[in-house]
Amino acid sequence: MHEIFVVSSIIDAVTESLAPYSGAQVKEVRLRVGVLAAVTEESLRFCYGIATENTRLAGSALQIDQLPVIVHCDPCGQDVELPSVQSFRCPLCGTPTMDLRQGRELEIESIEIDEVEEDIRT
Amino acid sequence: MKTRIVELRRGILEKNDKLAAGLRNRFSTAGLLVLNLVSSPGSGKTAFLEWTLRKLVREDARAAALVGDLETDNDARRLASSGAPVRQINTHGECHLEAEWVSKHLEGWELGALDYLFIENVGNLVCPSNYDLGEQIRVVLLSVSEGEDKPLKYPTMFNSADAVVITKMDLAGPCEFDREAAVKNINEIRPGIRIFETSAKTGTGMEEWLGYLAEQRVGERAHEPARQ
Repeated sequence: MHEIFVVSSIIDAVTESLAPYSGAQVKEVRLRVGVLAAVTEESLRFCYGIATENTRLAGSALQIDQLPVIVHCDPCGQDVELPSVQSFRCPLCGTPTMDLRQGRELEIESIEIDEVEEDIRT
Repeated sequence: MKTRIVELRRGILEKNDKLAAGLRNRFSTAGLLVLNLVSSPGSGKTAFLEWTLRKLVREDARAAALVGDLETDNDARRLASSGAPVRQINTHGECHLEAEWVSKHLEGWELGALDYLFIENVGNLVCPSNYDLGEQIRVVLLSVSEGEDKPLKYPTMFNSADAVVITKMDLAGPCEFDREAAVKNINEIRPGIRIFETSAKTGTGMEEWLGYLAEQRVGERAHEPARQ
């Protein structure tokens, strides 16, 4: 439901990072989204297409890397991936765990841009 | 033309997260315990908070509340009848509260003169989970009429919580509420979390809840940096 606000934060952050590349064209924006991040890919994409119109991100592709939940299991002494978010137990030994190592990310990893000649020279 | 990858590696909600971290710091310095109450619409957040505020005010604890809703100041007026200072935040369509609005609505309040601040979030079990408000404790409320599998349906919110309050326990019978299933589901999503079974109507479980608040506040004061 709040994906439009998330997209608007993406636009702000990317636009800000484009300051040194005045004429650059954004080709792709790459996100890292944990499965516990409370956003849906479909809704993000829908909002992205609309909200980026008339911005420097217009026409860019949205690449979303979905990250599963990884917890640390003390008895097993290792990080393990949860097969679903319906149970926060180590899938190997069944011990409940709240030691989250991955899964809440909502980050911009990188952007791919086409620089124009004048930017490259400066 | 040259293609370049620019690494950003930044949180999309970084602006909110930074503001929230600043708020949490202010709250801790002031020795103030801040709770963010989240739930579905109609779970009984306001009745639960009203009972809590009345009781705290009667016991001379210094409690205040911010209450978020899309529209109307009905909840603020209702909560203010407890005698505690209350401010309404109207989001005008937005589905969650953000740290910036909390900060804005705290202007003029002397944080050091408060013991507890309750932030009643917009009724929504999805969006508020992404927005840190600077709270020390996030409480999810779940009423007995909502279904015992709610934690499984909204794992993000339940997993991010520090305590769960089951409300309207006086209706558990008519609603055929399966207490064991609910507790089991909550623990699958958030192992070991504190669970309170309450009714703001009959007072069931409320003393235990107040005990928890006092306990947490003592814990918070322990973090309070020594004043020069």
